[in-house]
Amino acid sequence: MNITNLSKIALSALMRNKFRAFLTMLGIIIGVASVIAMLAIGEGSKKSIQQQISSMGSNLVMVMPGSQMMGGVQQGNSSSKALEIRDVTAIREACPSITAVSPEVRGGGQVVAGGNNWPTTFYGGDVNYLDIKKVEIKAGRMFTEQEVNAAAKVCLIGQTVADNLFGNEVDPVGQTIRFRNIPVKVIGLLEEKGENTFGMDQDDLLIGPYTTVQKRILAITHINAILSSAVSEEATTQAVTEITAAMRASHKQAEGEEDDFQIRTQAELVSTFSSISDILTTLLGAISAISLLVGGIGIMNIMYVSVTERTREIGLRMSTGGRGRDILMQFLIESVMLSVIGGIFGIVLGVVASSVIGNLTGWPIAVMPEAVALSFVVCTAIGIFFGWYPARKAANLNPIDALRFE
Amino acid sequence: MNKEIISIKDLRKDFHVGEVTVHALRSVDLTIHEGDFVAIMGTSGSGKSTMLNILGCLDKPSSGSYLLDGTDVSNLSKNELARLRNLKLGFVFQSYNLLPRTSALENVELPLFYNNSVKPRERRERAMAALGAVGLADRVHHMPNQLSGGQQQRVAIARSLVNDPVVILADEATGNLDTRTSYEIMALFQDLNARGKTIVFVTHEPEIAGFTTRNVHFRDGNIVKQHAVENPGSAREMLSTLPVETD
Ligand SMILES: Nc1ncnc2c1ncn2[C@@H]1O[C@H](COP(=O)(O)OP(=O)(O)OP(=O)(O)O)[C@@H](O)[C@H]1O
Ligand SMILES: [Mg+2]
Repeated sequence: MNITNLSKIALSALMRNKFRAFLTMLGIIIGVASVIAMLAIGEGSKKSIQQQISSMGSNLVMVMPGSQMMGGVQQGNSSSKALEIRDVTAIREACPSITAVSPEVRGGGQVVAGGNNWPTTFYGGDVNYLDIKKVEIKAGRMFTEQEVNAAAKVCLIGQTVADNLFGNEVDPVGQTIRFRNIPVKVIGLLEEKGENTFGMDQDDLLIGPYTTVQKRILAITHINAILSSAVSEEATTQAVTEITAAMRASHKQAEGEEDDFQIRTQAELVSTFSSISDILTTLLGAISAISLLVGGIGIMNIMYVSVTERTREIGLRMSTGGRGRDILMQFLIESVMLSVIGGIFGIVLGVVASSVIGNLTGWPIAVMPEAVALSFVVCTAIGIFFGWYPARKAANLNPIDALRFE
Repeated sequence: MNKEIISIKDLRKDFHVGEVTVHALRSVDLTIHEGDFVAIMGTSGSGKSTMLNILGCLDKPSSGSYLLDGTDVSNLSKNELARLRNLKLGFVFQSYNLLPRTSALENVELPLFYNNSVKPRERRERAMAALGAVGLADRVHHMPNQLSGGQQQRVAIARSLVNDPVVILADEATGNLDTRTSYEIMALFQDLNARGKTIVFVTHEPEIAGFTTRNVHFRDGNIVKQHAVENPGSAREMLSTLPVETD
């Protein structure tokens, strides 16, 4: 008997028990749909994290002290030295792979304007600080070179701070606020960045000249970090090498001595978080795959029922000349149909579910074509694998035993 | 003498159920020629069905030889046996054994599906012709549950005919039917036989056996008597003598 006829027989057998066939498929439908949705969610969250990280700065390379420093005093026991402005200068002069470099100084404190107050962090940087951190100005202006040199008491204000101090009515630009009791003039309002993936409000900050934060507010001589931009993503590694050399020279470290500073890059962050979300995706995918397996067992179960129910039919087919192979194929095609039709429904459901979840979470949900193709292959395999034993049981029946079965 | 279709020598069949061994057939010799219409008779449990199942290559004998249309059946593989059933044998069962929810036409087409040399068009034509031959030309698209028992048995006979087998094997084919319908079915078999078809027919009703040309009597797995029927009655004539049902 040829495949077309066998398929017709299998299809009409399924149509005879539509509801049962549907229930059997349901296992596969749910399994496939959840595999596709879970992979899409995993992939979407990964992309979202990558976007967030790249929005933190442009090809950012950060230099930090070797271990935690507090008030210029070394807290850990590994070798570490506070960062200073001459390190920034050294990097600026010796590293062709970076486009911009800026010191970063930061301090937390209460900010007051009129009757309102709000706890926030005051970041200090150089004139190119905003470019490195990819922050835009919504209103007003950036501080100037002169203001940096003069440690002018000016700042740019984040939207969250502005909202809490001034509400919607008052334009914050031009106002004077007090940070740790020191009056600072607001010269610009920063564009909103929203929350990052880790739940941190990126608009809850003040940005001013590093000199101001260092001398007037914190009264320290060191800086907290050095931020720089590599010319391109690929140049990041080269930039790290150059910065390391420049820093060691600046810190007069002997050869073989351990670095007394540490360098973090954006690329590193991306790969760290990507691998975390890869693990998550694998985990979710594996859990869904189990439901697919359960669906397969459902098919096997119903195929056994089907073979038993139709034992006399099998006997009749054998008595009219059906060979074992014909019977085997008939039932195998039936189970493959069950799983493949279920798989198609599952793919549709999975794609729909993914896009609904994408809309709800705002993640860039991406249904992977590989996942769809794989589901299809897996469904066919499930049909063959779980259909094989029941079908073989049918094919191996003795004609007379099958005919006499009751 | 016509050619030998079935030739059986010293055929035995034992069934082992637990500790017990049932000797269903003990050393049977039987020859059936082309054009014979043989009734296999005997009491219940005498081995008639066992004999027929072996003749139909549905079951294997414990020992002995069986030549079907010149082929020694005992050494054939499962697939070769299936092919033999497909091409040389036609079965009619007591309980019709039609595929449920499958039209009469498709039921009759079934043996042709397992014969790859028959193309779809020819398959349909031959199935239609077979249904016509059993008088069901107007019921081809009916489902089994839309047909009476007699009509279902006709469909089964059409199915056994469609591949033009060398012999038709029927096990109590009239067992589930009333007298009138039994006669109709027997008339059909007599027509087929008159056109040269070899038929082996199991029954325990002597009246039915009277329509065949030869009777073989079984008892306890042995053939105890076989004889030609002197003047086989005509089922068609008998039908006309039956009182017409009034109610
Ligand atoms: N599959 C089997 N397993 C065990 N014993 C069997 C089997 N088939 C038949 N028998 C035994 O073989 C003997 C002959 O059975 P068979 O079915 O051939 O009788 P029969 O002549 O067809 O009777 P009936 O007229 O009632 O149909 C019986 O004793 C029966 O119990
Ligand atoms: Mg019997």
